[in-house]
Amino acid sequence: MEEWIPLGYLLSAALFIFGLKKLGHPRTAPRGNQYGAMGMLVAVITTVVDMQLASGTMNWELIIAGLVIGSIIGAIMAIKVEMTGMPELVALFNGFGGAASALVALSETWKYIEDPTLALPTGLTLQVVVVAAGLSALVGWMTLTGSLLAMFKLKGGVEIFGKWFKTPTWGPTWLNPVKVLLTLSVFALIVMSIDDPTNETYLWAIIGISCLLGIILVLPIGGADMPVVVSLLNSLSGIAAAFTGFIINNPVLIVAGSLVGASGLILTFIMCKAMNRTLPDVLFKSFGGSGEKAELTRTKVGSDADEVAMMVDGAQKVIIVPGYGMAVSQCQHQVKEFGDLLEEKFGTEVKYAIHPVAGRMPGHMNVLLAEANVPYEKLIEMDEINPEFPECDVAVVIGANDTCNPAARSGEGPLAGMPIIDADQARTVVIIKRSLSVGYAGVDNDLFYEDKTMMLFGDGKAMMTGLNNAIKEI
Amino acid sequence: MITEASLIANLTLFMLAIFLGFELITKVPATLHTPLMSGANAISGISVVGALLGANVAYQGGETLVSGLLAFVAIVLAMINVVGGFAVTNRMLNMIAGKKRRA
Repeated sequence: MEEWIPLGYLLSAALFIFGLKKLGHPRTAPRGNQYGAMGMLVAVITTVVDMQLASGTMNWELIIAGLVIGSIIGAIMAIKVEMTGMPELVALFNGFGGAASALVALSETWKYIEDPTLALPTGLTLQVVVVAAGLSALVGWMTLTGSLLAMFKLKGGVEIFGKWFKTPTWGPTWLNPVKVLLTLSVFALIVMSIDDPTNETYLWAIIGISCLLGIILVLPIGGADMPVVVSLLNSLSGIAAAFTGFIINNPVLIVAGSLVGASGLILTFIMCKAMNRTLPDVLFKSFGGSGEKAELTRTKVGSDADEVAMMVDGAQKVIIVPGYGMAVSQCQHQVKEFGDLLEEKFGTEVKYAIHPVAGRMPGHMNVLLAEANVPYEKLIEMDEINPEFPECDVAVVIGANDTCNPAARSGEGPLAGMPIIDADQARTVVIIKRSLSVGYAGVDNDLFYEDKTMMLFGDGKAMMTGLNNAIKEI
Repeated sequence: MITEASLIANLTLFMLAIFLGFELITKVPATLHTPLMSGANAISGISVVGALLGANVAYQGGETLVSGLLAFVAIVLAMINVVGGFAVTNRMLNMIAGKKRRA
C-alpha cells in the first residue's frame, strides 16, 4: 500500500500544472485557481496518510493545530482585506511561503544539533541534505525579508508607536557588488557546512546574510516597479520550496516548487515588458522615487463641479483615466454613475483607459471597476486607447498622477521610459485630485499646469458626487 | 535515505518541471498578472508537505522539541500562504473574470 502513496503526489502535481495553465486565460482563470486549491488538498491528505501508514504514531495535536490555525488566519486575512490593500497582502503571503520553506530546512538541520544521539546521515545523503538546506535557507529567508520590505514599500511607510515612517529607497551602485559577495559567502558557508553539519555559527551566519540580502535587494527599488519585485520574490519562494523537496526527498515539492519558480520568472518578464523595462534595470538601477520629491513652485487655480459639468455637456467623447486615488476614496460606483449619466443625458461616448500599473498592482483598476459593474468592453488597455486621445474631447483623470505624467517621455528622471496614458493629448483634461502634490515616483506633473487642464481639488468620492449632481441639474 | 538513483530522479524532475513552467505561461493579459502571481504564490505553499513531515519526524526523534516547534511554525505560515492565497485569488477573479462572463 505504502508504495502507491506517491500516486497522490502525482495527481496533485497534475492539478497544479492544469491550474497554472488555466490561470493565464481570463475565461478559465477561476477554474484554474480551484484546480490549484484541489492539488494542495490532495497533497496534504496524501502526506497525512503517508505518515500514518509509515509510522503509525502521529503527532496529531501539533499537526492538526498547525493546519487549523494557519487556515483560519489565512482565511480571515483574505476575507478582511480591502481591495486597495491586495498587493500588500500578496507580498505578505509570499514572505510567509518563503519563511515556511526556510523553517523546514532549519528544522531538519536543528534536530541533529538539538539531539546529538541522532545519527547524522552519511555520504551522499549528508551532502545533498546540507547543500539543499543551505540553498533553501538562502532563498527562503531572502524571500521573507524581501517580501516584508516590499509590503511596507507598497504601503508607503510603516507606523511605529503612532508615528509614520516613510519606507526609504536607497541603493548606491556600490551595493551591487556587495550583493554578489554576500551571495558567494553564503555558498562558501554551505560548502564548509558539509564537513561540519552541526556547526551553529555557520547556520546563523547563513540565515543572517540571507535576511540581509533580501533587504538590500528590495531597498533600492521603488515606486512603480514594486509589482515586478513581488513577482520575482514569488518565483524565489517557489525555488525555495523545490530545494526543500531535495532535503526531504519529496517529488511534489520539487515539481510544484520549480513550476512556480519558472512560471513566476516568466510572469516577471511579461510584467517588465508591459512597463517597457528590463529586469536588470529594475533590479540594479535605483528607480521610482529617490526619496527626494520635486519642490512644488507652481500653483494652479482649481475649478468647480458646475464648470466641469457644463464643459462635458458639449463633449462627444470622454475617456476616464482612473488611478490609485479612485481606489483610496472607493469612488468606483460614482465613476460608473458619471459615465452612465454622460451616456444617457448627452449621448456621449465613454471609455476607460487602464494603465497596466495604475493603482499599486496590474489589474487593480479592472477589479474595482468590475465591482461597480462597468462593462468589461469599456475598459481599454493603454496601447489600444492612446491613439484615441487626440480625437477625445475630455479626459477625466481620477486620482492618477504618474501614469499620465508627460515627464515620462522626456527620458530623464525617475519616470523616464515608463509608458504613460496620453491624457495630455485630449482637447480638455479634467483632473480630480486632493492637491497638486507629487505622485508615488515623486515627480511634479506638467499636465496639471496646462491651460486646457481643469483641476477639481478634493476627495474623489466627494468630487464625483458633486459632479454627478451638477450634471443632473443641467 | 538519498541514493544516487533518487538524486538523479529528483534532478530530472526539477529540470523538467522548470522547462514545463517556462512553457506554461505564454501570453497573459495585464488584468490577470496579479491573480496569476497570487495563485502561483499559493501553490508555493506546498512546503506545508515538508513542514508536516518535519513536525512528525522531529516529534518521534525524542529530544527534538525546538525542531518540532520550528516545523509547527512552518505549518502555520505555509497554511496562511495556501488558504489566504487561494482565497484572495478567488476574490480577485470573481471581480474580474466573473463579471466578464455574465456581461
